[in-house]
Amino acid sequence: MDSVTATAAPSARPNVILLIRTFAAIVGSGFRRYSTYRQATVAGVVTNTVFGILRCYVLLAVAGEAGTAAGYDRAQLVTFVWAGQGLLAVVLLWRWTELADRIRTGEIVADLLRPVHPVTSYLAADLGRAGYAGLARMVPPLLVGPLLFEVHLPARWSTVAFFGCSVVLAVVVSFGCRYLVNATAYWLGDARGPLLLWTLCSAVLAGLAFPLRFLPEWLYVPLWLLTPFPSLLQAPLDVLVERDPPAIQAGLVGVQLCWAVLLLAGCRWVQRRAERRLVVHGG
Amino acid sequence: MAERWPAVRRGERAGGALVAYRALLGAQARAQTTYRTSFVVDLVGNVGATVFDVLAVVVLYGVTRELGGFTLRETLVVVGLNATAFALADLFFGNVERLPVYVRSGLFDAVLLRPLGALPQLLLMDLPLRKASRTVVGVAVLVAAVTSAGIDWTPGRVVLVVLAPLAGTVFFGSIFVATATLTFYWTESGELANSVTYGGRDFSSYPVTIFEGWFRAAFAYGLGFAFVSYHPALALLGRADPLGLPAWVGWVSPGVALVAAGAAALLWRAGVRHYRSTGS
Repeated sequence: MDSVTATAAPSARPNVILLIRTFAAIVGSGFRRYSTYRQATVAGVVTNTVFGILRCYVLLAVAGEAGTAAGYDRAQLVTFVWAGQGLLAVVLLWRWTELADRIRTGEIVADLLRPVHPVTSYLAADLGRAGYAGLARMVPPLLVGPLLFEVHLPARWSTVAFFGCSVVLAVVVSFGCRYLVNATAYWLGDARGPLLLWTLCSAVLAGLAFPLRFLPEWLYVPLWLLTPFPSLLQAPLDVLVERDPPAIQAGLVGVQLCWAVLLLAGCRWVQRRAERRLVVHGG
Repeated sequence: MAERWPAVRRGERAGGALVAYRALLGAQARAQTTYRTSFVVDLVGNVGATVFDVLAVVVLYGVTRELGGFTLRETLVVVGLNATAFALADLFFGNVERLPVYVRSGLFDAVLLRPLGALPQLLLMDLPLRKASRTVVGVAVLVAAVTSAGIDWTPGRVVLVVLAPLAGTVFFGSIFVATATLTFYWTESGELANSVTYGGRDFSSYPVTIFEGWFRAAFAYGLGFAFVSYHPALALLGRADPLGLPAWVGWVSPGVALVAAGAAALLWRAGVRHYRSTGS
């Protein structure tokens, strides 16, 4: 393989420390880049709060007099909603079209000339973005929710650890999906159709519109195992509200891990395929 | 405008404006349907969005028999009225959401210089014809809901089932325009407008009885979202309001829509006057 692209096999033994340092530097720049959008952050937090209140009332109405719905009690539903509003910005399901735009305009060529694999550098930047969102967007709903409703707090210490892992994996799974959807632009020129499809599916199947366990079991179990969508929001939220015993919590994180590995491998494979046929529209 | 275009007499100007608007709309329709596959994908995608909204409500009823004292059939009337009104408003007024893009890029200066109204231009400049498919779904849901809800049809209710979605369209359109004016004061307001438009849309997909306290007061009666679908649905179903408002409230939605439209027009004018170009 005489390719000169960033995805060509490295010539010598890679210097691991250097690789980690580069990765950390890109994570840092992603963090700083998004931390400059302060006004948008404030607007986003207000929007999350309005939707948090709205969704809480809807799910509490579903729980009704009985006080439970699909195995969640009222406090668990409230935590589910508020943590979900915060996580939405961390996981970032929508509005990421950076890669597709760069492919369409031809700017992608600059990324391919860099000595870092594009999947790696975009992942690092996305983790930086998620880190900032974790502070600026995740914390406010978690503070506002308890002021307005009675929330469920984790009863086991292991839950906190599981939740941390689950959120990081959710970001990676989301990144993998977004990268693949954006990468269709290599073949289609404009990824608008796939992006629209992704937006629709992730809105419903990730657990944002309603907890997926509201669906019958024969539907949500295959959905969980065979599609990455529940690993985006439903899994970390179910872990946080302790819907299941620790063994199943670990299982949910395990499913996420499988999807994360699978998707990242998929991204690298697609990127490789795309570069073989890429013609940059010049001008 | 008359002093800027002295040669054009009044009558001719009105006719000329119509021709210009029609030309704008025609150019849009041709441009958007040129890329046929994209257009079809967009049409289908927009159908999906509305279908999923309705399915989400149906899923909730898979877990519970009643929401706020309303059965699925009754709630679907609320959903149908709301979906039709929002889809129509999104088709005709939703484009005003792009105002921040126009303001940031300086394109709004060009809009203001042309001898046509700024708002109609904005709405027609990128009229999202792809959203037309949503209206079809909305109407289908409404028709299915009102035929299966066992409504005791009277001439008044027939008028109401047509009038209410149209009033809702005007109301949501006013909300679109009113929230967009925020851009004139705060360009980076971002999603803030969404919390009222889309928050309001979601709010009026459900019977207002499921909400409580100041939140219900603010959205239902402060902003007026209860008049889009909830009160008209009560009037259609012949149900008394569990919250105690009299039955005639179901009929006031056209009035509420007009008040909202007036308020939105005032806000828009104030906003345009306040507008300072970004200077780029």
